[in-house]
Amino acid sequence: MALKTEQMILNMGPQHPATHGVLRLELELEGEIIQSVQPHIGYLHRCFEKHAEAMTYPQVIPYVDRMDYLASMYNEFGYVIGVEKLLGIQVPERVEYIRVIMGELQRIASHLVAIGTYGMDIGAFTPFLYCFRDREKILSLFEMTCGARLLYNYFWVGGLSHDLHPDFVRSAKEFVKYFRPNIKELNDLLTNNRIFIDRTANVGVLPLETAINYGITGPNLRGSGFKWDLRKDDPYSIYNKFDFDIPTGQGLVGTVGDCWDRYYVRIQEMEQSLRIIEQALDQLPDGDVTSAIPKRVKPPIGQVYSRVENPKGELGYFIISDGSVNPFRIKVRGPSFVHLGVMNEICKGHMVADVIAILGSIDIVLGEVDR
Amino acid sequence: MIYNFFYSITGSLLIADIIQSLLPLFIFILPFALFAVWLERKVSAHMQDRLGPMRVGSHGWLQTIADIMKLVQKEDIVATENDKPLFNIAPVLVFVGTYAAFAAIPFSSAYIGSNIDLGIFFIIAVSGFVVAGILMAGWSSNNKYSLLGAMRSAAQIISYEIPTILVIITIIMITGTLNLNTLSEMQTGHFWNWMILGGPQLGIVKFLLIPFMIIGFVIIYISTLAEVNRTPFDIPEAESELVSGYHTEYTGMKFAMFFLAEYANMFAVSAIVTVLFFGGYQSPIGYLGNLLHLKWLIPIEQLFWFTTKGIFFVFVQMWLRWTLPRLRVDQLMAACWKYLIPIAFVNLIIIGLITLL
Amino acid sequence: MREYLNNIWTALVTIMIGMKVTFKHLFVPAVTIQYPDVKPQLPERERNRLYVNMDDCIGCDQCARACPVDCISIETVKAIPGEDLGKTSNDKRKALWVTKFDIDFAKCCYCQLCVFPCPTECIYMTDVYEFSEFERENLLYDFVTLTPEEREEKKKNYAQFEAQKAAEKAAKAAASNKPAENKGQ
Repeated sequence: MALKTEQMILNMGPQHPATHGVLRLELELEGEIIQSVQPHIGYLHRCFEKHAEAMTYPQVIPYVDRMDYLASMYNEFGYVIGVEKLLGIQVPERVEYIRVIMGELQRIASHLVAIGTYGMDIGAFTPFLYCFRDREKILSLFEMTCGARLLYNYFWVGGLSHDLHPDFVRSAKEFVKYFRPNIKELNDLLTNNRIFIDRTANVGVLPLETAINYGITGPNLRGSGFKWDLRKDDPYSIYNKFDFDIPTGQGLVGTVGDCWDRYYVRIQEMEQSLRIIEQALDQLPDGDVTSAIPKRVKPPIGQVYSRVENPKGELGYFIISDGSVNPFRIKVRGPSFVHLGVMNEICKGHMVADVIAILGSIDIVLGEVDR
Repeated sequence: MIYNFFYSITGSLLIADIIQSLLPLFIFILPFALFAVWLERKVSAHMQDRLGPMRVGSHGWLQTIADIMKLVQKEDIVATENDKPLFNIAPVLVFVGTYAAFAAIPFSSAYIGSNIDLGIFFIIAVSGFVVAGILMAGWSSNNKYSLLGAMRSAAQIISYEIPTILVIITIIMITGTLNLNTLSEMQTGHFWNWMILGGPQLGIVKFLLIPFMIIGFVIIYISTLAEVNRTPFDIPEAESELVSGYHTEYTGMKFAMFFLAEYANMFAVSAIVTVLFFGGYQSPIGYLGNLLHLKWLIPIEQLFWFTTKGIFFVFVQMWLRWTLPRLRVDQLMAACWKYLIPIAFVNLIIIGLITLL
Repeated sequence: MREYLNNIWTALVTIMIGMKVTFKHLFVPAVTIQYPDVKPQLPERERNRLYVNMDDCIGCDQCARACPVDCISIETVKAIPGEDLGKTSNDKRKALWVTKFDIDFAKCCYCQLCVFPCPTECIYMTDVYEFSEFERENLLYDFVTLTPEEREEKKKNYAQFEAQKAAEKAAKAAASNKPAENKGQ
């Protein structure tokens, strides 16, 4: 007589220490093996896109900050270059350089959070604090420049809100020198650790075909072995003036496209960002950062799709303007929203403990998923 | 010796018994648990470049007492669906399992709870109470997650007892006694007489044994780490996976008992490792009492050395906790059955062959 | 077999390396600041609570219009001719009595968009960050320096002045209508 078994539905609810925000995952389990994962989102929906229709273009920038709150500079970057394209204005070179420096510093900060919280999900508590200690230094650099630590309102349409503080270049160079050995320390503590490798290698393998079909971009796509980076393939701002590599996942300790590869791509990207920052700091020209800011932002009728390489993936803004001071429609293509869709595909056949590892390696921020 | 002392004071065997059995609890385990919680918080803080508790008492040494006072005044919640007798007895069983092990551990030559000839065998047997307690806690919580956590914990503890026992058998083979007091006394002299360095008898056997003793020490240290549910083996208490494992549903004083039992258990297994490999209460460099011809100083010194070694191993356990990530359940089982047990077996056979020499 | 031994070796070695890192950090001084006793050093451009210097405010409403969350509400009343409200610090004549200047700090998102349009730079962000309250209503800050009686007085004055002007205009219109009526007849 065979035992009757049925699938168990386990709810990793909105309040859970490991789901990076308010996300509900509904797992269908057969014993310990997962049959399907259904994410339920919307707990952080703040109606940003509808709200933006009632604001003027400069007023939208504080709202745009709050989408991916761990990488605010990049959210502003995408929006601002979109509106500048609509207006047809060209910003001074100093503004471009400063935007690149801030963007890359923000990339390092965002990856530090991703790595720290990933380590904590796997069970190693110490790298989390080391990452946050380094992130504090970046946030003080930002605080020196524009006064805020997390949500900046720094990139404005046509320029920046403040010029760099006189101490900034020196402090930034000190930070670059301070941070390089810390990457090696993180590698010692987490990346090459045998237990960490056992938890993350061969887990959550994302084949390249699947990644492209689902529209995955950013470090997740590069972790599957494909060299695609908007900074080199569709250059915006002045990224074509810098010399840096695009790290991809090569399956060094497992299959290509597993969690370790995605994680290792992020660590290598931090190193590349340091290179860009060094080059930009050396080449920084003089100029006035507020000279091209228009008095009233009133773009002509038209529409534009601008995309940037957010630390999490490709962040796209589709802005429709109807000639007035308020945008007619802003639609945001958030990378975390797209990446969450692939969870079901890559979690099949793994155990419950692996769901946490996979979710952490995809690196989502609920502010961007729900907007 | 202390037993005789109490007997001579009170004149009654019964009262002397009672006092002597309560002695390790109040003088040693409770203060040690309070100290260990503070030490863990400070060690973890300094390893993470931060400060830890600083406000309650200078550098936070009163923090644990404040925490215990807070836990004591919390409401004791027992849900209606829980199996009340099991729910209430579970923490007591876990605590008893760890506390009873202290009965056979020699703290110094003057004090041992009970000098039974079955010393180490008794300790291993009584530690089995902990498994029963954990299973009861998980089952009676009426909670899917607690049950999962408790079953994993039971599987883990039972599996990792096997390498422990294999290594203990190797020591017994070499020394020929199960009595922990005798074992400690065999390792008198200086640190080169400790078991980890081959044992008290000079000869070719001693030097051949050293690498295998070191392997045995590593195996037993790892296995006892798993028995105490410490990272990297802390699946039962893994926060990010199962909320809090088998003690999710406990509040107030019962939770405090689980908590204190864990730290007492940590010291118990460290004590066993020191007695087996590192000379128990013997000093590595000779006694001050011998130097000054003060006979009564020697037991006190021995107590000091014993606690120092025990606290050192507890510190290494904490150090490992804050460095390493967690193992997944199947990897944990694989580590035990595929790696530790075969190595322990091979170790046992080789040491057995060497002792025939 | 080789892989088996390799696994054991890498496990032990990487664990030892990790332990060395954490052990070294035991001796690094902590980066924590003991907050209530030691306060952090804030940079000069720090963006915390707003402050309005009412002596300089000319009531132009630019800051309220720039705010993305509508947390500033301003009501002004024209001064009657002959009243002298003084000058702002950059020598602009003030022409409006500001009777209401409320900033609701529960809504303010600290974006600094209100600071830039102000022509007299009277609204700016300070570095005060310890202003939490127990009641939500206490976060509604009122910056006007006039007493409530003075505000009523200004409003009444202006209403009277307007009524007077309207009455004069009506009288003039009636007076100029009468000859027209006569003419028409």
